Amino acid sequence: MDRRQVLAGIAGATFAGTAPRLAEAAEGFLSRGLPPGEYDTAMLAALPGKKKLIKLSYRPPNYETPLDYLRTAITPNDAFFVRYHLAVIPEIDVKEWKLKVGGEAAATPLTLTMAELSAFPPATVTAVCQCAGARRGWSEPHVAGVEWGPGAVGNAVWKGARLKDVLGKAGLRKDAVEIVLDGADGPVLDKTPDFRKSIPVEKALDDNTLIAYEMNGAPLPHFNGFPARLIVPGWVATYWMKHITDIAAVTKPFDGFWMKGAYRIPTGKFPVLQHFLTQANAVNEPITEMLPNSLIASPAAGARVSRGAGLEVQGLAWDGGYGIDHVDVSTDGGATWADAELGKDLGRFSFREWRHRFTPDKQGKVAILARAGNRVGQSQVDTLIFNPAGYHNNVVRPTVIEVA
Amino acid sequence: MRALVSTLAFFAFAASASAQEQPVALKDAPGRAVVEANCAGCHSLDYPRINSPFLDRKGWSAEVTKMIQVFGAPIDAKDVPAIVDYLVANYGKGN
Repeated sequence: MDRRQVLAGIAGATFAGTAPRLAEAAEGFLSRGLPPGEYDTAMLAALPGKKKLIKLSYRPPNYETPLDYLRTAITPNDAFFVRYHLAVIPEIDVKEWKLKVGGEAAATPLTLTMAELSAFPPATVTAVCQCAGARRGWSEPHVAGVEWGPGAVGNAVWKGARLKDVLGKAGLRKDAVEIVLDGADGPVLDKTPDFRKSIPVEKALDDNTLIAYEMNGAPLPHFNGFPARLIVPGWVATYWMKHITDIAAVTKPFDGFWMKGAYRIPTGKFPVLQHFLTQANAVNEPITEMLPNSLIASPAAGARVSRGAGLEVQGLAWDGGYGIDHVDVSTDGGATWADAELGKDLGRFSFREWRHRFTPDKQGKVAILARAGNRVGQSQVDTLIFNPAGYHNNVVRPTVIEVA
Repeated sequence: MRALVSTLAFFAFAASASAQEQPVALKDAPGRAVVEANCAGCHSLDYPRINSPFLDRKGWSAEVTKMIQVFGAPIDAKDVPAIVDYLVANYGKGN
């Protein structure tokens, strides 16, 4: 598409800016500390098939889940956050959809229909899907990007075929080093790098890595990757290719922009255990597994509660798949800490519910804090580990309420 | 082939997107028209708004350069100063 075509296309996609704002203001749903410009821009708005979420950008669509939907371990499909890099998102007819599996390290390339994909032995995993840029909006100083707060995360029961079974049928060869993924969504301009990613072959062969066609017992919502997406439990969502159409086993590291030029963290700066070695260098490396994190879903920030009345603090915790083993809660701004009660264990990749009861005994503002840790000793941090793209923000943050 | 598919899909999308996409107003100031004309083809104009006001001239200049050099935005070189000036003046933290 050339410049004139782009300008012609704008006629249908841009506006003079004088029409009334039709969506609801989202200000009351936004956390403090985000870029100031976000407070009069973000709003509650619904994509087709979705509840009203916090719209950060219309096109490409980036919609965050309000904390109201993050009180329970399983996130409803119609409230699950939406994140796209590129604005061309085709509606896919599942009867027409095909998945190509090949590449130079596949001896017997094949193309699968949905019926054929569904014929592989189905596997199920409950796993958190978190945008790599989750909480970027709290970076200090602020950094450019989609300014996510706490709701760029969700947890679902994913059902699909194991990627390793599909690669096995395609004759995966021993010299494969990475598996390259592509989806049906693409850029407006042909010159814009298409969103393609790769994962290490050992991650692709993990029993938990699925090509999912069901989310919480239903087909995937369009805006979460219908009809199938990759599930890479423990790793951030950039690898969870939506609308997946192509899987290629390759013998050399994939050099696409979205691997070499994006989603990278300073080498050695974060306490991650899993690295993407074929894509790493001395300066930076791809973001991989999630670090322990948590959110306080209730009470809401600014809630007014009564002194002397019992109050339950509720929230969620998750990590990169080692398993949350404790959540510490403070109801006095961090002076003292107590063990929260953990909810049912839905598996090591899942959200873990937690709760803590206390009785506020003083009037005034009370800062509630939560700090999650996992079975391998990783924990949320008190001070931001700054990086230019605002990744891995798992800083403990206060939820301030008012005791009257 | 991909080029054709992408082009067709873009127009299909531009038509269908209007159902949920609402107007995003940028501040009315010199340079607004050139920003709208050069930026809104690929992304809605809430992007500069949520990314404000914390980028300085160097930061906004880097963003515009990235759009051209990395994402292939067909922005005429003569338009670049006006775009950067507008973003700095209206969505930046000063020079």
